[in-house]
Amino acid sequence: MEILGHLFDGFLISFEPLNLALVIFGAAIGLFIGAMPGLGSVNGVAILLPMTFLVPPTSAVIFLGAIYYGAMYGGAISSIMLGIPGASTAVATTFDGRPLAMKGEADRALVAAATASFIGGTISVILFTAFAPPLAEVALAFGPPEEFALMMLAFATFIGLGGDDIPKTLFSILIGLVLSAVGLDIVSGEPRLIFMDLPGFMHGINFLVLAIGIYGIGEMLWTVELSKGEVMISQATISVRRVFDSLRELLKTWKTMLMGSFLGYFVGILPAAGATPGSLMAYGFAKTIAKDPDSFGKGNVDGVVAPEAANNAASTGSMLPMLTLGIPGSPTTAILLGGMVIWGLEPGPLLFVEHTEFVWGLIASLYSANLFALLINIAFIPAFIWVLKLPFTVLAPIIFMLCIIGGYVPTLDMHDVWLMLVFGVVGYLMRKLDYPLAPAVLAIVLGPLAERSLRQSLIGSQGDVMIFFERPISGTILIIALLLFVLPAVRVFRQRSHNPNLA
Amino acid sequence: MKIFMTSVLSAVMGALIGLGTIVVSDTSEAAWQPKKPVEFVIMAGKGGGADRLARFIQGIIEKNKLSSKPLVPINKGGGSGAEALQYLKSKKGDNHVIMATLNSYYTTPLRQKGLGVDIGSFTPIARMAEDTFQLWVHVDTGITNVKEYVAAVKKAGKKWKMGGTGKGAEDSLVTAMLEKKFGLGVTYVPYKGGGKVAKELIGKHINSTVNNPSEQVGFWDAGKSRPLASFTPKGKLKGKWGKIPTFEDLGHGADMVYYMQRSVVAPGGMSDDARDFYVDLFEKVYRSEEWQNYLVKKGLIPGWLTGEKLQKYFLEERSKHAKLLSK
Repeated sequence: MEILGHLFDGFLISFEPLNLALVIFGAAIGLFIGAMPGLGSVNGVAILLPMTFLVPPTSAVIFLGAIYYGAMYGGAISSIMLGIPGASTAVATTFDGRPLAMKGEADRALVAAATASFIGGTISVILFTAFAPPLAEVALAFGPPEEFALMMLAFATFIGLGGDDIPKTLFSILIGLVLSAVGLDIVSGEPRLIFMDLPGFMHGINFLVLAIGIYGIGEMLWTVELSKGEVMISQATISVRRVFDSLRELLKTWKTMLMGSFLGYFVGILPAAGATPGSLMAYGFAKTIAKDPDSFGKGNVDGVVAPEAANNAASTGSMLPMLTLGIPGSPTTAILLGGMVIWGLEPGPLLFVEHTEFVWGLIASLYSANLFALLINIAFIPAFIWVLKLPFTVLAPIIFMLCIIGGYVPTLDMHDVWLMLVFGVVGYLMRKLDYPLAPAVLAIVLGPLAERSLRQSLIGSQGDVMIFFERPISGTILIIALLLFVLPAVRVFRQRSHNPNLA
Repeated sequence: MKIFMTSVLSAVMGALIGLGTIVVSDTSEAAWQPKKPVEFVIMAGKGGGADRLARFIQGIIEKNKLSSKPLVPINKGGGSGAEALQYLKSKKGDNHVIMATLNSYYTTPLRQKGLGVDIGSFTPIARMAEDTFQLWVHVDTGITNVKEYVAAVKKAGKKWKMGGTGKGAEDSLVTAMLEKKFGLGVTYVPYKGGGKVAKELIGKHINSTVNNPSEQVGFWDAGKSRPLASFTPKGKLKGKWGKIPTFEDLGHGADMVYYMQRSVVAPGGMSDDARDFYVDLFEKVYRSEEWQNYLVKKGLIPGWLTGEKLQKYFLEERSKHAKLLSK
């Protein structure tokens, strides 16, 4: 009951005219920032942070929270429409969102993304409201062995990601892992895999550079080849009836939505993970539990729903360690944390006690930010569809330009732009040879996290591998992961016994 | 009519510009102003202590409108700051780039000789503060003082896990100091950033840390962690931080001292006028209420330094670190 009382007070705060205006304004800005390739919630929050000195801290964090949420919605837009991930959190949305758009069902994908974002966001805020303090304990219980086990679980779902060609999937994962090792050794600090001594490799290979290269540039080359210079116009339509039809169809994906929301929220809580791994893992799990895993990557709505529910849920989840432990759960919350210091607030275990107005104002505003982001997003879908109707000869240069901007903005380094072009060509060739690309993208995101937690665990245990199995949480997760590794083999075996002709 | 308006406007503008020049020539100081946004390079990734501090400084400048053009923070954390140092070197003579430093300012060029970076060639702007280190344990360990700590670590041997941020990082140097002094041999586990180290201590995945005050203060206030001793000289820390004994107070000698400097530097060859502008800007930040409150609250030691004195300090610290690293 105490919680409901706090929440009610929070709603009173979030419905003050100034705060309500900031929520709507923030959600709209976030939507735009998320939709621009290369600009994600990190950039949005960092750029607008200085503006927040004009308002009280509670309004400031409400504004930035709304931007964060809006960006999670917006990221899906360019992933679906243009095949360029709008933000790192929306890369997994590209996997099935883009094929749907190519089939002329962009409106369905957009509605699915917006709805899933709303559900993911809402479920996670409810979880946040009810269970913030106990979940903070969960985050604390997660040490390096548990993190490593979780990463293994994610890798296990990859094997299912690449379709039936397991050797090609493994190859793709390994390429991703090698690329993820570029930069500085995390323990000794020595540079490693600095190709041709280029200083640009010192900061490692930015995952967005790979994703925009493969999906943006690679996709464009692919379409150019398909169209052979002819003017191509995507079939894209939108009508109120179609929107309602899509909504009705979405009811079937409720399981995926719930799974994505819970998984995303949980991954978001863990410090250092955040929305990008969360959305990728949700995609992998959705595929693993699906009845028709083969249709993933070819335009399955579940493949849009899972990552979109997860990335919104994770963005709420990552606020939990920020507020209760003072540790950012994602790069964006790291910037928010900086903001809190400037506003004179001390994040940590005492924040919930000493600044109830701030905490509950923020939580309540997340409910309304979610709602407004959904409404704004749905209202703009016809405008997005109109963009798709442009001839490809007009769209291609725009996509190309957006890719270049997207590659340059995160690090302001031309090195990354060249690298992105290389990845574009390589991605195109891999696609021609029928190599799955998603596992490589997943590996470059999770590789550093897995490596770090593996080495930390083993240093701590003096090299004893049993540490992963002795601890209850990591032991359980690892065993599930091992079972999942074996699952595709079982499936292949079963298919063959059902269908002897295939063997 | 339109022409008339334009000519009136240009006349007014001309008068204003004339007035401006007179005013400026009257006060020969602060003549230089940035002509475009200033790049504020940060030697570390987003979210770490150095990043948060730099953004806090940017916040003070924005809030109090201390600069006509904004400072734009850019993180170049690659290679323990090697990326940032190389960038600063390549910006020789640029008046619109400054950099926030930490101790990797000396250790990185020392450890990566191939960089070819000589910090003596950069332009010192200001030392804003010196950050301190304490030895921390979880309250549940029941350890309340250094003596009990040493006994517990000796008993555990290599099983005792000390969290830190990487080989050659400040906390690893402090750990080495501690090991040498008391004849200990701990297992040093590297994490990404001091905030994560602090969380791992509270989650009991490691046994002790040498965190900065700002990283542990929230947990200390909540009664979860306990500082055993400060790596500072006697009597330097104020407020609640001053109540923590120093190693010198405990009779372990005056050599158990280590600081993390928080300074601002600029590329070599920056014009004197531009340098004076930045020195003046950061002096205003240093004197601001926000900064002074932050220093007390977060257990930092105030220590304004600029010009030749700051350069001398940097070079002395560099040779000190060369010795520490060679061990």
